[in-house]
Amino acid sequence: MKQSRFPFALLLFGYAFLYAPIAILVTYSFNESKLVTVWGGFSVRWYGELLHDAAFVDAARLSFEVAAISATLSLLLGTLAAVSLSRGQGCLTQSFFAFLLGVPLVLPDVVIGLALLLAFVAAADVVGWPAERGAVTIVIAHATIATAYVAVVVRARLGELDRSLEEAAQDLGARPLSVFLRITLPLLFPALLAGWLLAFTLSLDDVVVAQFVTGPGATTLPMEIFSSVRLGLSPKINALGTLLVAAASAAVWIAWRLSLRQK
Amino acid sequence: MSLQRFQRLNFGLPFLWMALFVLLPVAILLMVSLSESRIGVPPYKPLLEWAEGRLVGVNAGFASYGQLIEDGTLALTVVESLSMAGLTTLICLLLGWPMAWAIARTRPEGRGPLLLLVMVPFWTSFLVRIYAWMTILGDDGLLNSLLLGLGLIETPFLIMNTDRAVLIGMVYAYLPFMVLPLYAVLERLDPALLEAAGDLGARPLRIFFSVLLPLSMPGVLAGSALVFMPALGEYVIPDLMGGGGSAMMGKMMWDIFAMTRDWPGAAALAVVLLASVALPLALLSRLKRRLEGDAA
Repeated sequence: MKQSRFPFALLLFGYAFLYAPIAILVTYSFNESKLVTVWGGFSVRWYGELLHDAAFVDAARLSFEVAAISATLSLLLGTLAAVSLSRGQGCLTQSFFAFLLGVPLVLPDVVIGLALLLAFVAAADVVGWPAERGAVTIVIAHATIATAYVAVVVRARLGELDRSLEEAAQDLGARPLSVFLRITLPLLFPALLAGWLLAFTLSLDDVVVAQFVTGPGATTLPMEIFSSVRLGLSPKINALGTLLVAAASAAVWIAWRLSLRQK
Repeated sequence: MSLQRFQRLNFGLPFLWMALFVLLPVAILLMVSLSESRIGVPPYKPLLEWAEGRLVGVNAGFASYGQLIEDGTLALTVVESLSMAGLTTLICLLLGWPMAWAIARTRPEGRGPLLLLVMVPFWTSFLVRIYAWMTILGDDGLLNSLLLGLGLIETPFLIMNTDRAVLIGMVYAYLPFMVLPLYAVLERLDPALLEAAGDLGARPLRIFFSVLLPLSMPGVLAGSALVFMPALGEYVIPDLMGGGGSAMMGKMMWDIFAMTRDWPGAAALAVVLLASVALPLALLSRLKRRLEGDAA
């Protein structure tokens, strides 16, 4: 069959569609003018102003902390979940657990956010915890959602794993815990890294759930961006966006190089 | 540590966590949606009233749902969300299928970078990308300045704060979710099938409809689900790009929750949203099973 050019034209269009806004964002971050849509000459002043804006710097610090802690927590929970699901005999509790793990993947953020907030409020009423909502409740919410994603990533890798390696270790007298720590875990490493990064990104990108479950005083970076954008366009957001795009591109590029080397 | 105790810990810890922070919250959401609104903390009445250790009254009812139906909110918001999410899915499919196909037809060593290009925006801050569109589509935004400057239009296009802006934003945000599963299916497709169809005299259009499209159906379904479900409950894009006029469920729910402070009302709408995600998903899994049944 003759190759049609049409899909390739659309592919180009698709890339233009995906990247034009990002290119414009980056270009205008170096704009001298206060107006985000009028070019006033090259300048890096908005980067300086961004770094001196205490609200953004504090929010960024909180966001990175929340993302790192919730990603680590979800890595632990998600890995345990994936391992126990792959080892099971498929009893009723287990399929129910698998169902529970799938719920955060399909529920819209607004539903998860509201449900968790209502649960935190009810819990504070009944057992007195959490007395105050803030960073801790955001970490719990993010860890819960990310656990579902980590479990998917780790289960996929467990499915490809050669079980005979574990059986061999067992036959040679290794205890279950040491089989897990010395055989299974190292084999899972690429999936664990991918799962952690995914969880970290999800947390760093979430505004909706955080907005629901936060309390006074805890503002994450996306919440700060969101409220600032709602008030109007600001070149500082261009500068911040450019930094985030650069960080994400670097991370994806490094991950890709690593995956190439592994093959 | 014995094998059994190790496995029980493996299972118990995440199970307990998910029960506490997924199952319980959803149950509480259902309960609050059935409760009565009141002024106070929390702004709803408890479902069960206790006095001296005895149950003295039950305050549960469908009043919040009734209210949503009566004032027309429900019909408006469900229709708006379904049509916006449906249109987003359709446009993503029309654009994403050829993109996935083109990537799958590239030389193998070229596919990695091309896929990477689809994924980078996905890893980049969602809010920042939506913000970028706002600078482009505004009434005095870059698109309008460009078109006005070139003399192609005389009055600015009004895109921002309309449903069109929301649609552009959602297609933009969810396109990668359509391309990736489609690519996964199309990449595995045996090119010999196309040659065979061509040799047997099928024209390109016929090949597409009788060979390619049916074989890519698992990817079409997976991609559509990945786009449709988050689009249905989207809150940020209608809020930032749709202006006050957008009536999508996510935004409507937030408004009821934060502005009116009617928690039972917001919870009732959240339950409707939950049901409108669960229903198509259940249908989809049945359809998938049938597709797999056909293949086997």
